[in-house]
Amino acid sequence: MQEFTDAFGAAFALLASGDPELAEIVGLSLRVTLTAVAISCLVGMPLGALLAIARFPGRGAAAALLNALMGLPPVVVGLATYLLLSRSGPLGALGLLYTPAAMIIAQTILTLPLVAALTRQTIADLHAEHDETLRALGAGRWATALTLLHDGRFALTTAALAGFGRAAAEVGAVMIVGGNIAHATRVMTTAIALETARGELALALGLGMILLGISAAVNLAAMALRARAERAAHV
Amino acid sequence: MSEPASRPAAEQAAAPLSGPACGRPAGARAADRPAEPTRAAAARDPWPVRLDRVSVRRGGRAAVDALTLRLDPGGVLALMGPNGAGKSLTLRLLAGLIAPDEGAATWAGRPTPPRGAVGVVFQRPALLRRSTLGNVTHALALAGAPRRARRARAMALLAQAGLTHRADAPARALSGGEQQRLALARALACAPALLLLDEPTANLDPRATAQVEALLREVCAQGVTALVVTHDAGQARRVADEVAFLHNGRLTERTPAREFFARPASPEGRAYLEGRLLL
Amino acid sequence: MNARTPTLRAALLGALAAMAAALPGAAAAAEQDEIIVQSTTSTANSGFFDQVLPQFEARTGIKVKVVAVGTGQALRNAANCDGDVVLVHAPRAEADFVAKGLGVRRHPLMSNDFVIVGPAADPAGIAGMRDAAAAMARIAAAGAPFASRGDDSGTHKAERRLWRAAGLDPDPATDRWLRELGAGMGATLNAAAGMGAYALTDRATWLAFANKADLRIMVEGDPRLLNHYGVILVNPARCPNVNAKAGQAFIDWLLSAEGRAAIAGARVHGAQLFRPAEPQEKTR
Repeated sequence: MQEFTDAFGAAFALLASGDPELAEIVGLSLRVTLTAVAISCLVGMPLGALLAIARFPGRGAAAALLNALMGLPPVVVGLATYLLLSRSGPLGALGLLYTPAAMIIAQTILTLPLVAALTRQTIADLHAEHDETLRALGAGRWATALTLLHDGRFALTTAALAGFGRAAAEVGAVMIVGGNIAHATRVMTTAIALETARGELALALGLGMILLGISAAVNLAAMALRARAERAAHV
Repeated sequence: MSEPASRPAAEQAAAPLSGPACGRPAGARAADRPAEPTRAAAARDPWPVRLDRVSVRRGGRAAVDALTLRLDPGGVLALMGPNGAGKSLTLRLLAGLIAPDEGAATWAGRPTPPRGAVGVVFQRPALLRRSTLGNVTHALALAGAPRRARRARAMALLAQAGLTHRADAPARALSGGEQQRLALARALACAPALLLLDEPTANLDPRATAQVEALLREVCAQGVTALVVTHDAGQARRVADEVAFLHNGRLTERTPAREFFARPASPEGRAYLEGRLLL
Repeated sequence: MNARTPTLRAALLGALAAMAAALPGAAAAAEQDEIIVQSTTSTANSGFFDQVLPQFEARTGIKVKVVAVGTGQALRNAANCDGDVVLVHAPRAEADFVAKGLGVRRHPLMSNDFVIVGPAADPAGIAGMRDAAAAMARIAAAGAPFASRGDDSGTHKAERRLWRAAGLDPDPATDRWLRELGAGMGATLNAAAGMGAYALTDRATWLAFANKADLRIMVEGDPRLLNHYGVILVNPARCPNVNAKAGQAFIDWLLSAEGRAAIAGARVHGAQLFRPAEPQEKTR
């Protein structure tokens, strides 16, 4: 129990000191994770919607694959991204390994299936309700997808937040492709891993608490925005 | 209330609601309609709407069985029959929402209805999570109406449906009757020639039912042809000029409404009106 | 619908803004003269680099980015051209790396020593022994828990050399007291502290390690416990992306009097972390 008390102390001391390194790490964490989630939403939501709406051979298999990809261990994603971005890999010439861009790519691969799969489920339910009406109004496949994405926008914040949660919490992928380089690619989770390896358990746990607080703040902000938008008109 | 009377939208509310509102109708593409380039309205005419010996199989049986039905402009046709008679499937065939397994559905001789020519109102209004106004403007957007024209057109439709004061309210917060009137306004967005309604008042109380029926009568008075699926004999009596009776996927009779309720021609129609079980 | 549905649009704008914000960071990294050093957890976690690198960066303006992994992985990453310099501690594997043409040349850089740590209760009774192999044999005979890295790192290689020197070849499948963790040095020490197990660790990590619990140094001073670090420039002939100029500058500086002084000066809790190697006959 002593560790927890110490951790609270460490977290508080870090926050109170306004440690610039902590600010840097928190900033990079947010930048990497939010960018990855944004890309996942921009790509994964239309993809999930089309999977819910379109009828084509192999659609069931595609949905099953998406669900399976949701469970990919971050380390595997990190390793695959590493092999892609390594200087001796197919995309090595881009020189992205050990940069925030590499971390964004890995986390996008990690969160996109999750966002797409959750979107598919949400849109499939809406599609069952609105399909005939929309077709009667002359909506094509894309128009239907966009209409339902808009209609499911409040439910879809949950998909985006699930993606955020997965990305914010993972350490395996960003550790491998980012390298946990000080002042370059160190983020909250890799910093926690580092402090754990140094045996600085209270500090590691304190960083964990700060990460939890950031996640909670992002979730609360999203929920508040959603509630305000819902109240604003549409229900 | 949110719409001052001086705004163009309010002025257009008085304008006739017939005539094409939804941009370029599909039929206006040159390849489709080389012969008559001028009359846009005619290009959207679906007449005659025909089902020729169409069958639809559901669960191994013919839910619609070699049905032949022809709709021409004018009047209100009530499609009646017991549960499972194939009424809703027939309505979906006429809307072009499902394809027959056998036989042919045609609109003015073509295999698909002209864009915007057929409006549909379902039993459940399936409104989007938008404002009342937004539901109509979005329907107009889906149909390709020019952006500038949407709001005025939508406000005119809401005025006709008696929903002007609810324009900015979330559609899903409307009462059941208001929701169904909104669904009707939405179905009318493109000024369809044919309006198909599937049990439009089955979930409504008598007062809301009366309001929907009044709106329907008003729309039809402006030249829209309607087909109403209903098993409310009272409703058919109130709104229909003609009754088509369906049983086991087959048409047993098609009779002027007054005649149908006085003396149904088919034994099935008679049994139904007498409340006897139909097998 | 336009004025009334700000959320979707706001979300899209936010996403674009986030992406735009992410790009400059990725692009800016390429402009500065910098090298990536594939190194080991012992050097990074002990705070060694934190003390040494600023001196080099101040002197040359070259930024050094350290990726801290096990020696095995560091060499594999470098073999994939993912790094400019390797700084590790497994002389045989390093020689192999150079022999294969993956690296230019191995320079002996510095050393420290391994120590065998264990719980204060010392169930195997090895405290104070000087013969590391004999101590390992006693741990095995007692069946006392031993936390092994099990990750092909330099420390793991050293541990296996000690088992062999003791005439043993313990197998974690049958010898249940040998717990192969497949983890870094810090995680292994955390586990040893939790299990009350013995472990082999480099002194630098041990000195900086904060969660010692009741672990103590049991055995030290055996010449076989010496731990040699080498530094190698990744072969630019094979990996054109290698920043050979800056990489060589880093190596030259480490081997220079100034670099050696920096190495010798790196301390944690007042204790010296590494001893610089004796200057070689002029390299190159």
